[in-house]
Amino acid sequence: MLSSIETRKRVEAGLARRHRRERLFKFSGMLATTVGVVFLGVFFLDLFAKGSSAFVQTHLRLDVEFSADVIAPGGELDIAYADFDGLVRSALRAEFPEVTGRGDRRELYRIVSSSAGYQMQDMIRQDAELLGARQAIWFPAASTVDMYIKGNIDATLDESLRPMSDQQIAWVESLRERGHLETHFNRALFSNGDSRDPELAGIKGALMGSFYMLIVTVVLAFPIGVAAAIYLEEFAPRSRWSDLIEVNINNLAAVPSIVFGLLGLAVFINWMGIPRSAPLVGGLVLSLLTLPVIIIASRAAIKAVPPSIREAALGLGASQMQVVFHHVLPLALPGMLTGTIIGMSRALGESAPLLMIGMVAFIVDVPGGFSDPATALPVQIYLWADSPERAFAERTSAAIIVLLGFLLLMNLAAVIIRKRMEKKW
Amino acid sequence: MRMAHMTESNVTENEVMASQPDVDVADPVDTAAAATGVAVDLPEQQLTELGATVGEVRCADPYVVAENVNVHYGDNHAIQNVTLEISKKEVIALIGPSGCGKSTFLRCLNRMNDSIESARVTGRITLGGQDIYSKEFDPVALRARVGMVFQKPNPFPKSIYDNVAYGPRIHGLANDRAELDDIVHNSLERAGLLKEVKDRLDEPGTGLSGGQQQRLCIARTIAVNPEVILMDEPCSALDPIATARIEDLMDELSEDYAIVIVTHSMQQAARVSKRVAYFHLGLLVEVDETDTIFTNPRHKLTEDYITGRIG
Repeated sequence: MLSSIETRKRVEAGLARRHRRERLFKFSGMLATTVGVVFLGVFFLDLFAKGSSAFVQTHLRLDVEFSADVIAPGGELDIAYADFDGLVRSALRAEFPEVTGRGDRRELYRIVSSSAGYQMQDMIRQDAELLGARQAIWFPAASTVDMYIKGNIDATLDESLRPMSDQQIAWVESLRERGHLETHFNRALFSNGDSRDPELAGIKGALMGSFYMLIVTVVLAFPIGVAAAIYLEEFAPRSRWSDLIEVNINNLAAVPSIVFGLLGLAVFINWMGIPRSAPLVGGLVLSLLTLPVIIIASRAAIKAVPPSIREAALGLGASQMQVVFHHVLPLALPGMLTGTIIGMSRALGESAPLLMIGMVAFIVDVPGGFSDPATALPVQIYLWADSPERAFAERTSAAIIVLLGFLLLMNLAAVIIRKRMEKKW
Repeated sequence: MRMAHMTESNVTENEVMASQPDVDVADPVDTAAAATGVAVDLPEQQLTELGATVGEVRCADPYVVAENVNVHYGDNHAIQNVTLEISKKEVIALIGPSGCGKSTFLRCLNRMNDSIESARVTGRITLGGQDIYSKEFDPVALRARVGMVFQKPNPFPKSIYDNVAYGPRIHGLANDRAELDDIVHNSLERAGLLKEVKDRLDEPGTGLSGGQQQRLCIARTIAVNPEVILMDEPCSALDPIATARIEDLMDELSEDYAIVIVTHSMQQAARVSKRVAYFHLGLLVEVDETDTIFTNPRHKLTEDYITGRIG
């Protein structure tokens, strides 16, 4: 037995060391957090620096004439075959009358987007009154002009090393001086499907594809996952079988997603004959992918319901089913929803399995349903990142920003649901 | 005549039991009791004596009858050959050191042990003559007749009204809203809670104080109009004032219900119960009128416990 003085001495001798360890631990924790935050900050800064310019697009103003001779040659409108591009070209020639050579003119025509003619076509289709009118219209500039305006083309480089000639730069500068060249909000980015021309490429097709897929996923995975979790947690007898199932569910959650893509290819497309590239098949694959996540989260939520609530209900004579549906589920639901949303955001960000089921195709049309060919946001990012045009680089970053925005929204929803629905006892 | 015969058969049963006393001693179950050193200090001969319940397990007008009840949790023999009768309008207290099996026995009476997968109950328990462990007896119906109040107040995270109305709702006891209102008001009234909560019936039951929550749980239990109420240390989480209120309440309720209460407080047992059953290491050691147990215990273990030498 130590004397009380000796006890105190020993305790005090160790105090300094204990405090030192505590300080060290706190410091290393702070260091780890700081490193994480710095990496995240660098990532976001880089992304925004590269991507924010994609939200605006250079436009140039041309005085075009909806010439009746071209659009309605015999007095009758011929919208489908009229040479709208020719009208745009003559407007360009009028803007720069000094350009005369064939080669020079061809170069001049390249500063405006190839969509300019289609834009005129759409306008006249909507309003036939325009026939014969002369109007100033803002057309999107070609992507090279856009890149030049955004400072991504170095004019000091040798002419042969850059995608714009000295002449083109001079024309663009002259347009700028005259106030005929401005940057506007890039509506095409949100209203168009994919395109080979960067100035026309948009994410709407990919967004809608992702949207339809997530609908399929949530409709399938949430009820199945929750039902499986309830059965396994509340009704299934503990046996070797239930242990086996549990281990397998945990394993499935860790299976690389591309394997699910292969499974989808073999089962859904080859065997069941669902059209490939369709959001339906993508949604089916993503449901398989998120099911384990939802089941695990839901089981954890059910386990977290205090047993005293179950006992109280059982003690009053509630049947097992009533205990589950009246008491366990309402308390577990916030956790289940949180798990589901987190599973959904994982599904939203998934690209590998979609590559296997044909959703990596170049699809211009915005899908209008579950069986239309579609692509998804992360796959669109992959496709654009692969494109050689300089202008696709900033669009890639912009698409990533949009994807992150949606992920952020979903995770925020998860937090809000948890906070709102959480009951205290 | 019948009783005498029964007691005799009981003894023979217990003799059979006593031939394998190793189960009781070696059982690692009862860590709490073992920690007190009882099992070690006990002379060999006394352990063999443990098999026989002394006192009077029978009562006049029995309603709940347990005959040779054994409970195993896996390999753990938690309750051994317990025979006990409980009459319709009495308060019987189950006392004993921690882990002695009194709560386990209590949970046999409304089959709450069913939800524990490893639990196995043998023997026979009848309620009004019906075997509650028979295949035909539905545990849901049983628990409507045998209500339970738990150690920790466990109101549902719902309103006070919904807490009390839950039992009547699931059993379909009320035909319309007015009847349900009546049941809720009566139950709260009888649980002595109505005055405190009548203006805030739609507030969450979890917002009440501990003692109020426990009375809410009692109101919830009597709303189903049970025949027997089981109470598992209902006051252990409450302060003395709340405890006194619950004890008064038990006194009033005993006019209509059989109440089986597990308690660690001998004062409480002395105050509220008519009979006391003393459990030790899964055995029912002694049962008798409360006065007799506390003034003149017959078994050495009972005496040790109530004088504070055990537990």
